[in-house]
Amino acid sequence: MNEGPLIPHLFRTEYRKIVAVLCKRFGFEQIATAEDIASDTFLTAAQTWGLKGIPPNPAAWLYNVAKNKAKNHLQRNQVFASRVAPVLKDQAIATDEIDLSPQNINDSQLQMMFAVCHPAIPVEAQIGLSLRILCGFGIDEIANAFLTSKETINKRLFRAREKLREAKVHIGLPAPAEMEERLSAVLATIYLLFNEGYYSISQNRTLRSELCFEAMRLCTMLVENESTNQPSVNALLALMCFHASRFDARVNEQGGPVLYEEQDTSLWNTDLISKGGYFLHRASGGRQLSRYHLEAGIAYWNTQPADAREKWEHILQLYNQLLLVAYSPMAALNRTYALSKVCGKQAAIAAAEKLDLADHHFYHLLLGELYTGIDQPKALQHFQQALLRAKTDADRRAIQQKMNGLDTTPEV
Amino acid sequence: MDEYLLLMRLDILTKEAQPSPEQLEVYMKQYYDWVGGIAAQNKFVGGKGLSTEGKVLKFNNVMTDGPYAEIKESLAGFIIIKARDFDEAVSFARECPILKGEGNTVEVRKVVTEHHNC
Repeated sequence: MNEGPLIPHLFRTEYRKIVAVLCKRFGFEQIATAEDIASDTFLTAAQTWGLKGIPPNPAAWLYNVAKNKAKNHLQRNQVFASRVAPVLKDQAIATDEIDLSPQNINDSQLQMMFAVCHPAIPVEAQIGLSLRILCGFGIDEIANAFLTSKETINKRLFRAREKLREAKVHIGLPAPAEMEERLSAVLATIYLLFNEGYYSISQNRTLRSELCFEAMRLCTMLVENESTNQPSVNALLALMCFHASRFDARVNEQGGPVLYEEQDTSLWNTDLISKGGYFLHRASGGRQLSRYHLEAGIAYWNTQPADAREKWEHILQLYNQLLLVAYSPMAALNRTYALSKVCGKQAAIAAAEKLDLADHHFYHLLLGELYTGIDQPKALQHFQQALLRAKTDADRRAIQQKMNGLDTTPEV
Repeated sequence: MDEYLLLMRLDILTKEAQPSPEQLEVYMKQYYDWVGGIAAQNKFVGGKGLSTEGKVLKFNNVMTDGPYAEIKESLAGFIIIKARDFDEAVSFARECPILKGEGNTVEVRKVVTEHHNC
């Protein structure tokens, strides 16, 4: 039997569970120990399974080994005896009991999510730690996703753990009074994790889709827990489902991006679209209208292929409201594009030229698009400006295509 | 960049002057297109719509039903925007869709003191 792909797969699914349970048991200050024991467990597995073959229930085997290693650690460790034991909250539990039941695994992971997405550390560190501790990514995979070196990631994660230790972050769900604020930090990290996969310039397509699906998995865990099943959580999950539905349609066979208008809509994943609809419906309970509600609404209309005026009116109104709660240059530009679909290009040009975004290549791409058919030399000028500012080859190719499509007759 | 308060006043009490639900929907769209345009320029600071009922307190412990009973135009809502100067603030205010209605007003005031919770 070939155990090659099995161990990386189990690492992805089981490492995070073992770390979460051990870390909850030991306290966050012992996170490095929890990670060491989990890694060590996989090392033992690789050695033993290579010699004796794969056990009938590999996950249970891993849990057993992790439990024994944890017990040994607890019994041996002086630090434990002198510092951790006195502060262990639940003294009723025997000191060497490690609970790897599905319920405790789930609870621990959920609580870990709040510990990792803590405002004490910068967001990129939150994403890095999430990938490592909540998603079981290898250091090389994280480095690959961020297009940086393993050393940088190791340093970043080390500093983040130190910071969380110093801040005395404990593993548990926030109190009801704090829930909204802490949950919004968790959602922000999950959304960034998703975007990292969706918009990343990394060429590794499998890795990118895994980032997206991990973000959706974490959000699903929040939806499945009663105290975190809030409208904004459902809205974010809906938003990610709608976006992910175009995952196959937005990349061509050569790995290049396919613009929204040019996508083959038969490649849109209808299961994910209806799943998105389901969660958007669940998000509408209550009075809360978060940015995720508005973005999910926009994403919903983007899954509707018809270029009807009604569609763009809804999108325009949703962008208007989104800008009131969360301004971003991309939202401002997209709003102006929607305006052109509803009120015509002239109105949109007037609105676009009031935006102070001339440094963005998308600003010039938009104006180039709006001037096309109205003032070809101006359109060309903007496309050229866009070309100068574009950051990736794929973007440059797309702009070049637009320029080639212009039928410019030189002015006399 | 300073902050300016835009106070929107219109007749929200006279029954005959009130829009039908369909009209109201159109007005709301126009209103959001207007504030959305300001927000797209990253110049929207905040704002609120107000209920039609209210109370007005006066000197000597007098209280009347408001929002403001003596005049037809009541405060219907306000927004705070960022602008370079009065001219720019006025140019935003000029595009406010409530000005399409006769008798309606938009008052532009510059914010000069800020109260902070210390």
